[in-house]
Amino acid sequence: MKIFVCIKQVPDTETKIKISPDQTGIDTAGIKWVMNPYDEYAVEEANKLRDANPGSQVWVLSVGPKARVVESLRTALAMGADEAIVVNGEGLDNFATAKALAEVIKAEGGAKVIFSGKLAIDDNASSVSQMLAEFLNVPHTTVVSKFNFNGENVLVERDIEGGAKEVVQMMTPAVVAANKGLNMPRYASLPGIMKAKKKVIKEVEFASLNIPASDIKVKYTGFALPPEKPAVKMISGDASAQASELVKLLRDEAKVL
Amino acid sequence: MGKILVFAEHTNGKLKRSAQELVQAAAASGNTVVAVAFGSHAGDVTAALGHNGASEVHVVKDASLDAYNPESFTANIAAIIAKVQPSIILASASSTGKDLFPRVAARLGVGVASDCTTLAINGDNVTAVKPMYSGKCFATVNFENSSTKIVLMRANQLPVAAADTSKTANVVENAAVTVDLKTLVKEIVKGASEKLDLTEANIIVSGGRGLKEAANFKVLNDLADVLGATVGASRAVVDAGWVGHGMQVGQTGKTVAPTLYIAVGISGAIQHLAGMSGSKVIVAINNDPNAPIFQKATYGIVGDALEIVPKLTEEFKKALHH
Ligand SMILES: Cc1cc2nc3c(=O)[nH]c(=O)nc-3n(C[C@@H](O)[C@H](O)[C@H](O)COP(=O)(O)OP(=O)(O)OC[C@H]3O[C@@H](n4cnc5c(N)ncnc54)[C@H](O)[C@@H]3O)c2cc1C
Ligand SMILES: Cc1cc2nc3c(=O)[nH]c(=O)nc-3n(C[C@H](O)[C@H](O)[C@H](O)COP(=O)(O)OP(=O)(O)OC[C@H]3O[C@@H](n4cnc5c(N)ncnc54)[C@H](O)[C@@H]3O)c2cc1C
Repeated sequence: MKIFVCIKQVPDTETKIKISPDQTGIDTAGIKWVMNPYDEYAVEEANKLRDANPGSQVWVLSVGPKARVVESLRTALAMGADEAIVVNGEGLDNFATAKALAEVIKAEGGAKVIFSGKLAIDDNASSVSQMLAEFLNVPHTTVVSKFNFNGENVLVERDIEGGAKEVVQMMTPAVVAANKGLNMPRYASLPGIMKAKKKVIKEVEFASLNIPASDIKVKYTGFALPPEKPAVKMISGDASAQASELVKLLRDEAKVL
Repeated sequence: MGKILVFAEHTNGKLKRSAQELVQAAAASGNTVVAVAFGSHAGDVTAALGHNGASEVHVVKDASLDAYNPESFTANIAAIIAKVQPSIILASASSTGKDLFPRVAARLGVGVASDCTTLAINGDNVTAVKPMYSGKCFATVNFENSSTKIVLMRANQLPVAAADTSKTANVVENAAVTVDLKTLVKEIVKGASEKLDLTEANIIVSGGRGLKEAANFKVLNDLADVLGATVGASRAVVDAGWVGHGMQVGQTGKTVAPTLYIAVGISGAIQHLAGMSGSKVIVAINNDPNAPIFQKATYGIVGDALEIVPKLTEEFKKALHH
């Protein structure tokens, strides 16, 4: 069976964000790009599913500026994915991105299970997986921390508020968006890295997918840094004095009690 | 002026604060507010929705909608949207809202802005501000090519005024739309905590490696109990297995914005700060005066967490019982 994994490339979590002069985005100069951390769980789960079902293949797929996002696809290949496709496109929103993912997966003959991440840590939109599922007319579950496949259906656990979990069964094909806790992603092995370097990555131009410009539904403007916080007020004295002073400040100055 | 549809979440017939926030914000914009409530207890929230400013409430009082199912919720909300034809939809960026509305947006062919923190409604138009890069910066979301604009707001971001009990809403009963489900929610396993989720909590007490061992989370739980707070954690202690990963705050955990965030024995790594720097007041307790967390804090205490936290619990007990 065919297993797809959707991968987004995002700035490394250590990145100090600078705003571009026209405020329509961030200054990408010098940014280190990595695979979205949640997508690592998605790749790992796909690999495990493939390994448990001989004859299966893992395809990784990413939409973005080709020159850089192929690097994250190579990371996934080094982690054990079999094939990779890059959709070269820029300035797309979540709707158009999900459309593009759906078109490519359809063109490749569909998939039994499509893994993704619960959210991309840059836009924090948690939307592409559900939109993709709708465009493919298949069920989805997001925030998944446990996955099982019985040959026909998938059984997953979805993390919801207050530490509760929903146990969800879905018919396949299905979209599964990974949360932390799903597995421990394997490191890329040296032979894996060597193999990934040589692998030919299939390239698709976003423009060739005939997705109309009207499928871009949201635009970001006015990027700004959070307002500077005033300097911290340090509270001195022994533990008892500190504790009572803090409570006083929270009540009388910050007025949050 | 158009209509704003508010998806009103409730817990067994008790309206969530987030729903109140949204209905009041929608009403303040001068648009007509149509609220929607699902499930066998939906009838219990219609009065409160009216008090908060909804002029119409659509209910689907069907037990099949008591538990969230992406497919049945999508079909039912889409049917009501088709009837109401709202220009704007507001919902909470909760685990239900975040899962449901992107799918609804894809079905309707409209845009969705998730996880927003401020809202500006101007007639039929809406823009929203959302944190990007886990709060390291902000951006304004503008809609285009969208007959309906969907905004998912984080909880606790909008003010709630006292409800006006003289206001009532017209209640419209809808039969449930049935669909061939490919998704079956078999069971809901309750979490250990009955407290508000981190993403909804008004006060959070978070612990890190400075607590030394898992058992010491007890002092945080005691403090949280007194404050009615929810307990969070750094990734280091989640990875060490001291607490569940549902408690992790940060770039690869939950992004939170409570009124008060108390960080105990947390160094303040950039990935942790990314998840909590939107908090209104931040208190840091750490034995290292150079810990980076102090740069983001409103109030700082240098000292031993295990000595200070129990004293703090006592002080809060005194202060809150006066
Ligand atoms: C130069 C530039 C300009 C942009 N301008 C805009 C803009 O104006 N408006 C706007 O909304 N967005 C804009 N984006 C971001 C947009 O292209 C995002 O990729 C898109 O919104 C989806 O990301 P998300 O954070 O919403 O994903 P989420 O829904 O949070 O991601 C969940 C999961 O979906 C999958 N996924 C998400 N994105 C991709 C992808 N690209 N390829 C493969 N899988 C993916 C991954 O598995 C991911 O874990 C811009 C990006 C760039 C680089
Ligand atoms: C890709 C990636 C994603 C990540 N995502 C997250 C995330 O989402 N959330 C997150 O939290 N981290 C995240 N991290 C990890 C992050 O970088 C830090 O490692 C982590 O936050 C450290 O946790 P800590 O502050 O509890 O531990 P430490 O950094 O070890 O800090 C412990 C602190 O306790 C203090 N201390 C020690 N003893 C006492 C005492 N007796 N009393 C008071 N204070 C004391 C010390 O001075 C120190 O400042 C991520 C890392 C990576 C690489």
